[in-house]
Amino acid sequence: MATKKDIQETATPKVEAVKEAAPKAKAVEEKIDAKIPEGPLAEKWSNYKAHQKLVNPANKRKLDVIVVGTGLAGASAAASLAEMGFNVLNFCIQDSPRRAHSIAAQGGINAAKNYQNDGDSVYRLFYDTIKGGDYRAREANVYRLAEVSNNIIDQCVAQGVPFAREYGGLLDNRSFGGAQVSRTFYAKGQTGQQLLLGAYSALSRQIGKGKVKMYSRYEMLDVVIIDGRARGIIARNLVTGRIERFFAHAVVLGTGGYGNTFFLSTNAMASNGSAAMQIYKKGAYFANPCYAQIHPTCIPVHGAFQSKLTLMSESLRNDGRIWVPKKLEDAKALQAGKLKGRDIPEEDRDYYLERRYPAFGNLVPRDVASRAAKERCDAGFGVNATGLAVFLDFSDAIKRLGKDVVAQKYGNLFQMYEKIVDENPYEDPMMIFPAIHYTMGGIWVDYELMTSIKGLFCIGEANFSDHGANRLGASALMQGLADGYFVLPYTIQNYLADQITVPRMSTDLPEFDEAEKAVKDKIAKLMSIQGTRSVDSIHRELGLVMWDYVGMGRTKAGLETAIKKIDEIRKLFWSSVYIPGKADDLNVELEKAIRLADFIEIGQLMARDALMREESCGGHFREEYQTPEGEALRQDDKFSFASCWKYMGEGKEPVMLKEPLDYEFTERKTRNYKN
Amino acid sequence: MWLINSSVGRKFVMSITGACLVLFLLFHGTMNLVAIISEDGYNMICEFLGANWYALVGTAGLAFLACLHILYALILNVQNYRARGTARYAVSDRSNGVEWSSMNMLVLGFIILAGIVLHLCNFWAKMQLVEIMGEEPASGVELIKYTFSQWYYALLYIVWLFSLWFHLTHGVWSSMQTLGWSNNIWLPRIKCISNIVATLVVLMFAAVVVYFFIAGNCCGAAACAA
Amino acid sequence: MDKTINITLKVWRQAGPKAKGHFETYKLNNISTDSSFLEMLDVLNEQLISEKKEPVVFDHDCREGICGMCSLYINGHPHGPDSAVTTCQLHMRRFHDGETITVEPWRSNAFPVIKDLMVDRRAYDKIIQAGGFVSVNTGGVPDANAIPIPKKNADEAMDNASCIGCGACAAACKNGSAMLFVAAKVSQLALLPQGRVEAANRVKAMLGKMDELGFGNCTNTGACAAECPKSVPLSAIARLNREFICAKFKD
Repeated sequence: MATKKDIQETATPKVEAVKEAAPKAKAVEEKIDAKIPEGPLAEKWSNYKAHQKLVNPANKRKLDVIVVGTGLAGASAAASLAEMGFNVLNFCIQDSPRRAHSIAAQGGINAAKNYQNDGDSVYRLFYDTIKGGDYRAREANVYRLAEVSNNIIDQCVAQGVPFAREYGGLLDNRSFGGAQVSRTFYAKGQTGQQLLLGAYSALSRQIGKGKVKMYSRYEMLDVVIIDGRARGIIARNLVTGRIERFFAHAVVLGTGGYGNTFFLSTNAMASNGSAAMQIYKKGAYFANPCYAQIHPTCIPVHGAFQSKLTLMSESLRNDGRIWVPKKLEDAKALQAGKLKGRDIPEEDRDYYLERRYPAFGNLVPRDVASRAAKERCDAGFGVNATGLAVFLDFSDAIKRLGKDVVAQKYGNLFQMYEKIVDENPYEDPMMIFPAIHYTMGGIWVDYELMTSIKGLFCIGEANFSDHGANRLGASALMQGLADGYFVLPYTIQNYLADQITVPRMSTDLPEFDEAEKAVKDKIAKLMSIQGTRSVDSIHRELGLVMWDYVGMGRTKAGLETAIKKIDEIRKLFWSSVYIPGKADDLNVELEKAIRLADFIEIGQLMARDALMREESCGGHFREEYQTPEGEALRQDDKFSFASCWKYMGEGKEPVMLKEPLDYEFTERKTRNYKN
Repeated sequence: MWLINSSVGRKFVMSITGACLVLFLLFHGTMNLVAIISEDGYNMICEFLGANWYALVGTAGLAFLACLHILYALILNVQNYRARGTARYAVSDRSNGVEWSSMNMLVLGFIILAGIVLHLCNFWAKMQLVEIMGEEPASGVELIKYTFSQWYYALLYIVWLFSLWFHLTHGVWSSMQTLGWSNNIWLPRIKCISNIVATLVVLMFAAVVVYFFIAGNCCGAAACAA
Repeated sequence: MDKTINITLKVWRQAGPKAKGHFETYKLNNISTDSSFLEMLDVLNEQLISEKKEPVVFDHDCREGICGMCSLYINGHPHGPDSAVTTCQLHMRRFHDGETITVEPWRSNAFPVIKDLMVDRRAYDKIIQAGGFVSVNTGGVPDANAIPIPKKNADEAMDNASCIGCGACAAACKNGSAMLFVAAKVSQLALLPQGRVEAANRVKAMLGKMDELGFGNCTNTGACAAECPKSVPLSAIARLNREFICAKFKD
């Protein structure tokens, strides 16, 4: 691999190289260069655009780009690139690009429009995001995100996205966690769906024109690297089981997060981290893997058969109040099913978020709300049979606004809750508990969204860039679309401008042979195990280890245990998994097994990263590092960097590189949501 | 030609022809009622609608509409049957709010067609057709009296009208829906209008059948007893 | 809470698109009534795998009723007997102890079976590709608040836009028609000023594609709207008809 050489070549002296102190690996002298443009924060992106290289229209036609994934990032990128004139090959594992999991986002999308005249601005959105991310994100990236946020709303409206409107016909906003302004645009409780359908319609238009070739029910299994540059992928046709090869001048990954490492999460069943793991193994850095977001408002686990957790939108915290009983005996009675939430009088309720965080109340960021719920449940105040739930109560809102208004705002969510839990949330308070939702960590990318492999880009949740250690609500949709519509289409040209003389390559090149052979060997190995355990049963085991040791509260000892236990699970998997059927046929169990093999690696990487990061920040909470009040305690002097893990080969420990995070424009403070 | 090539075009033809036929039924029904009120009046109408050019044009137009309606129904049904695919559901259950009639329009249509044939033989052949052939048409009222005094004819006509009612309860609103004259508020209203129209048409026809059946049998018997 | 039931499942098994299918009967015991229908199928598959048999293939993904991936014709209804839910949100408490549940794939000419209960629904994508969009490129669009839109229209557009493209409408339709799907998209965009501009072309292109792909003719039975998991209203079809007929008369 030529990555090492390439990186040294492109490094600028501005960013310091940091030597890795990992004990076993040799000191790696790789330099991490984020390629952040010079100039004041607010001018960086404009400067970049003004000076970047472009590809002229005639040459665009000669260039092919592979986009893997059709979520908000993938679909918007594929559509935008095709509109510009590139030939796009777009892949998705579902039967239709419209089904990517971005569709499940409920609450909304942030933008600094300041339509409400409540003091919002690009800077404030930037600041809230940086602060919400606990000062672990790149300033330049986040500022760019805030800057383009307004364009996203314009673009979506032009596409016919039916955002909620006021009676005057103008767009409506709601408020979300971690912000003191109302900047969230929404379409009922289906914002993600509507935005994705907008991107999907733009993508469909290009498919209809023949500028995008769509491959649905295809799963990328490897990236092909020729002379140090990404030049194609190996993908499996999920219907026929055939392994196929695809060439392109550049490859873009928009393959989402790896939350399903925990088995139970709010992610879709097929969401996986395999594409990220494959490119990691080919030399792309995996950054901050331990930053996983636990969403505070999910429907609690209720049985061993459970296959996934259902999220209730964060928007519910606008009007719902979170509480547990003040008295332990009340909690015991609730757990035994002798009492209902509504039976407990007002004075015996502990609205713990309002108590602990008067300034933000129920609208504190997700990590804070989740930990507070865990703290109460650990203390024995849980309100359901398992003792792992808190109440989200709408009785005040119903009294204040009337049932009709509440129904209009949240009706579909209430209905969903009732279908799943079989209780009426208009009468009994909802029961909620935190669950794994989103992964802030991901593939390391520079300012241009290029990974450490040339010509390989990574967008959306799959990359690590914009949310630091914690993502604010309604910011994932913003980032996905920002990357796909307004960032990548620019930055990819800066790379492709140098590729116009590169002809289309044959997929018979030895690099393709080699990659395909590796994939086929791996599949053959999996099929040959013929053990006794189903894929899901092993995945559940992995999930339990992850939740217990790499979940909301992490400790040194726990993480060390996790690493050991995951080693055992890896052995168990590779010795006793059973996959029925054939490899060259539609085989769902094989698909799951390939993904699980990668989840095991990701799980261990998460644990390793969490162990290394001896501080608490955002979604990463090390119990050793907390204030006397139980708040996260950052160690800025030691850990103000993004950890970039480099794969060193099978069975070897990965090496960590550091990208220092310098805060030039904002002052690093302890997050305070109290006053 | 969009009236042949597109699905909405084909449905457009169905609904226009259907709507015209409903209008004709309303007219025909009104005319029939006259037979109850005034026999002379009815005979006058019969004479008026004899082998005159306007009546003939009307009849031809009506026949054309009816044939078009039937032809399109057949085409649509064949196409729809194919669209369903070769495999069928093993279990199917009518969804809530779906009318029985809407699922059986073709069957109802066939019953109505059979009724029309019967009707044409009973009346039209002996009245307008005969006149076209240059012979003297039968008296309308007498023909009615004779036909409906036979219990089996009366029964067949009632069955026919029953099918017609089902056909129209769906057909009327469906044609309005196909023409685009519906929205969230109007959909229940046009369904209501549909029921009213169907009931009105069927009642008008049935009234004549029942009236003359009773008149032909019971009154005759009463007269005998007297 | 922990109520369980025993059920008998009759499941359609078909090895491939061209293979002949048949029903297979399975008995499942102690199924929690709190589990979802798909979780019950997971249990069945675990059982089959433990017996070294091939699990039942069915489409599913988000399991929260929004992606439109899950399908299944359960006891004579697409997405099962409950109204306004997808299969993944259907819970076993809807069934009673000892019940026999028949599970079939969507059956429609335009949705060929791929394997077992999985069907190919790409025909819907093709309809969207024919015109289910507003022709704007990225960038260069006016401010989002430049054109006020009456709340009523925006809300109605949203109701139509809530379609998840699952295919239940065509699966429920005795005519195999995709009218509700097409109507939902046509209505959404026709109601908004942004989509109004090319409304006439859109409706002609989408409907033409639908006809071309072998979907049937709508006869207004209303089964589509009755079975739609997102309650897209039947009035959408009226609007589609209106748009189409007006567009044709203008030509």
